[in-house]
Formats: sequence, structure tokens, C-alpha cells
Amino acid sequence: MSQRGRVERQVDGATGVPAVLLVPAALAVAFLVLPLVALLIRAPWSTLGSLLAEPAVRQALRLSLISASLATLISLVVGVPLAWVLARSQLRGRTILRALVTVPLVLPPVVGGVALFFALGRRGVVGGPLYDATGVSFPFTTSAVVLAETFVAMPFLIITVEGALRAADRRYEDAAATLGASRATTFRRVTLPLVAPGIAAGAVLCWARALGEFGATITFAGNFPGTTRTMPLAVYLALESDPEAAIALSLVMLAVSLFTLMFLRDRWLMRT
Amino acid sequence: MSLDAHVVLQRGTLHVDVSFEVGPGEVLAVLGPNGAGKSTLLRVLAGLTAPHGGRISLDGKLLDEPAVGIRVPPHHRPIGMVFQDHLLFPHLSTVDNVAFGLRARGESRQAARAIAGEWVARMDLADYSSAKPRSLSGGQAQRVALARALAGDPRLLLLDEPLSALDARTKLDVRADLRHHLADYPGATVLVTHDPVDAMALADRLVVIERGRVVQVGTPVEVSRRPRTDYVARLVGLSLLSGTAQGRAVVLDSGAAVQVAEPTNGPVFVAIRPAAVALYRTRPDGSPRNVWAVTVGGVTPYGETLRVDLHGEVPLTADVTPEAAAELDLVIGARFWASVKANEVAAYPA
Repeated sequence: MSQRGRVERQVDGATGVPAVLLVPAALAVAFLVLPLVALLIRAPWSTLGSLLAEPAVRQALRLSLISASLATLISLVVGVPLAWVLARSQLRGRTILRALVTVPLVLPPVVGGVALFFALGRRGVVGGPLYDATGVSFPFTTSAVVLAETFVAMPFLIITVEGALRAADRRYEDAAATLGASRATTFRRVTLPLVAPGIAAGAVLCWARALGEFGATITFAGNFPGTTRTMPLAVYLALESDPEAAIALSLVMLAVSLFTLMFLRDRWLMRT
Repeated sequence: MSLDAHVVLQRGTLHVDVSFEVGPGEVLAVLGPNGAGKSTLLRVLAGLTAPHGGRISLDGKLLDEPAVGIRVPPHHRPIGMVFQDHLLFPHLSTVDNVAFGLRARGESRQAARAIAGEWVARMDLADYSSAKPRSLSGGQAQRVALARALAGDPRLLLLDEPLSALDARTKLDVRADLRHHLADYPGATVLVTHDPVDAMALADRLVVIERGRVVQVGTPVEVSRRPRTDYVARLVGLSLLSGTAQGRAVVLDSGAAVQVAEPTNGPVFVAIRPAAVALYRTRPDGSPRNVWAVTVGGVTPYGETLRVDLHGEVPLTADVTPEAAAELDLVIGARFWASVKANEVAAYPA
């Protein structure tokens, strides 16, 4: 009898979700989705158009898109080669190197901003001599926004591309070598195309993270309309003066996030 | 002028130390069980794995000599390689896969595609010229891989288990096709396989390696008629025994006596074909015959016959028809008399 009972319970478990898991799971869904629903409920739908048409909003949106795209571009140019080094080279201390370059993933962004300040500020370790020599100064400029976003977002690209490189079959590179391809040619004509989906996913993640960057940006670049006030900064500022505008701006960010997820759906949402 | 290789390499606990030469136009098959070091050997020739010792030269040009610090990287070797599962670049079409090596070696895009197009046509793949590898059948992919390896006009062609990724039916066609293309190829070919049929069908000469050592070298006929190790004997379906000959009588290491066809003297190998072994319930008469008491150790289907492992003073393998097996009541542990005519027993110096 007891054995039969056990078998029946297994059949139940295969089709339904046990209550002990269902309740907390439902709570988690509610907690994650409710704020987004609240945003939609409170959205000033009638005036949304005019709110978003305001020059300040459009300026912030434009600055955000440009700076996040530049940050992604920089990350691609230097991050993909770094991912290759982490995945493929026999370099000593690779593990330490990986830990170091992924620190920004877990570092509070404000701390990142402060650190950038001491590295690239007008009296920073590198920024000081640079300013003395050329008169170039980063803080509180649009380039500071790009640098802050790159600092925070590039690790997302690096770990995604490194994972793709590790998953790629290295024997294709062997095949290319036996066909006379140098390592550089092999990288360009074989490795890059093979990991292109991984690079695209990493770039999208990087771009989305850069777009939402707040802490490092406000610390290192400040909050100046037109030059450093990106969307997240504008949302935060508007929350005090004009909550409806804050909601409108937030909706735009939400739409961008959803779009990003749609783009990544093949990699994440479709995976069972 | 050709390939002259002495490869020394430590791979985990496996110590590889083999030497061989391959002449122009010659196909050498390296045959051996899994884990014998065959694929490692091919990777060393390709330059993908560094040897620890020895010397490899191709047409008089040194490719590897670790003792003096010489190692030509793979992309500077005049080689073509066909990999086990073909490894066609999944993002490139058939013609671009074939053109890849030409492009990498400095041909212009147009010239490379023109030469690749000729190879594609020669391999009967013109209809699949712009197809991506994933839409090709196993046999087609194999031909693309061969065309890709040959298009660069290599001096040395390396084939790593070229037929093992194919199903049995495709394999027959592709093997015949490959044989035809290898016959046209003027350079040296080294083929690695664990399948004796592929080796016999494709190679001019065999090198058998076991545990990193060469155990036998010879033409397919020599190796299959006169195996020198148990592994080779089992591969070619022979029972191999060793003993000492005095004229037509051989005393096996186990003490049993065997009558053989050709007189010899001294240490010999004795090879017996399974089809030459007859089984009887009662001791048969008549000479010149060899008759031994045996016990059935196992029965496995083998083509249209049954292959019977026999234990006793002379370990043997016998092929019997299913009818005979039913009549004899062949079960494991059953005792029989095994008989082999003396003129069916080959003896040759060990």
C-alpha cells in the first residue's frame, strides 16, 4: 500500500507544482511584476506625448542613447580581445585578471564613480599628468558619462563573450590553421563569426546596462542638462519636481528594457 | 622526396615513439586501437601538437626537430587535413569553405573562388556550391572536406578517420570515391583509422601501432596474411599463435603441436582462418589434419555466419553456419573437437 501511494504522488508531481513551491513562486512573480504594473497604472497616458516632447526629455534621451552606444562600441573594441585573452591564452594569472576586470559587476556604481575620479580626474593618477600635458579633463563632461558607463557595463560584454568563446569548438581553429590561416586570420574569419551570436548578446546586455547607469555617472560626470544628464538622472531629478514626467521617462526606460529582452529571447526566454 | 617522420611524444601515461616514411603518391594508413596514439600522431604532423623529440621532414624541408628548437607552425606547413567530423566552417558556403585555404594562403577572392569552383565541380558538388554545411549529407560534407584540404595543393595530405562519421551505406560509396581521389593525388598521404577495412581498401602500406609503438609495417596483403600481434590478427579475422617450427611440425608455446603447410625452422607465427576450422562432436579421423579438444567460450553473429570463440590447448576462432550451429548444439561450455587441415595453416618466421 505504501509503495502504491508513493507512485501516485510521483505522478502528481510530474504534472502539477507542489504547493510548497507554488506559493513562494507566486510571491516572487508578484514582487517583480507589481512595480512595473504600478508604473503603467499611474502613467499619465493623456499627457504622455507632450511630456516626452519636452526639449529636456528629448535631450536626456538623446544623450543616453549616444553615450550608451559609445560605451558599447568602446567595450566591443577592447572587451572582445580581452575576452579572447581570458578564454584562450595561456597567460599566467588569468584567473586573477578575470576577477579584477569583473569587479565592476559587483562594485557599487557610486564607488566606481569615485574610483574613476581618482584615476581620471583632474588630479587623478592618470588624469593629472594628462591634464598637465594636454589640458584635457574628463570629469563633468559627456566623455565622463561614456567612461563611467563603459566602466560599469563592459564586464557584462566580457563575461558573455568569454563564455561564447569557451563554448565554441576550438577544432575549427585547428582546421583553419591547417589551411594556412594565421592566428589573426583565423580569429577574424573563423572565431569571430562562430561567436557572433555571443558577441551580439553581450553587446545588447552591455548597452542596456550602460543605458541604465546612474551611480558612477552622477559621481564622475555630475548632473548637467545637455552634457551629462542621462535618462536615469533625469528620472531621479524629475521625481522631486515633476512626478508625472518621472513616470513618463521611466516608461521609456521600461520599453527599452523590454525591447532588449525581446532581442535576447532566443538566448534566454526560449531556453527551457 | 617525401615525408620522413620520427615522432616522440609523451601524452599522459602514453609514450609515443614511432618512425615511418611516406613516398610521393603513396597512401600510408596508420592502424591501431583507440588510445594507441594515432590521432596524436596526425596532430603532430599537422603542427597542431608539439612533439617532444624526433624529427619530421617533408620533401627535405625540416618541419619539427625539438632538439634544435625547430617547429614550423601549422599555417606554414604545406599540408591539407581532413578531420574526423569534417569541421566545415558552419558560417561559410561549400565554395567558400573550399576557397578558405586559398584565400588564407594569399590568393585573391576571385582567383580563390574560381579554383574552389573547379574543385567543387570535380567532387560533383556543383549543385551544392552555395549550400551551408548543415544542409549537406555526411557523404557530401566528406567530399567538401576533401576538396578543402586538396584545393591548396598540399605536399602532404592528412586524413583523420575520414569515414568514421558516415553511416554504413554511405561509407561504401564514399570509400570508393575517396580511393579514386587519392589515386589522383601526387603528394604523400597519411591516413589514420581504427577500421581495418578502410585501411586495406585505401592504403598502399600499413603501419600498425599499439600503445605508441609500431608493431607491424607492410602492404595490406602482407599484414592481413601474416599478422604479428594478436590485435592485428583479430582485426583481419585470424587466430594467431606462436611457437617453434621444425619442418612441417610446430610446437606452440602452450605445448600443443600443429601440422603446417610449408616447412620452416625456428620461432614462427601460426595463423589460422576462422573459416578453415571445422567442429565435430566426436574425434574425426583422417590426415593430414590437426585435431584439438576445445570448449565453446562464446558465440557472436558475424555477417551471415556465427563466430565461435574456442578455448583449449589451442585457442581458436571458428566460423560456422547457423544451421551447423543448431545441429551441433553450440552452447557456451560445450566440448567439441576442432579440426584444421595442415594446408590451411600458415606459418611464418616470428
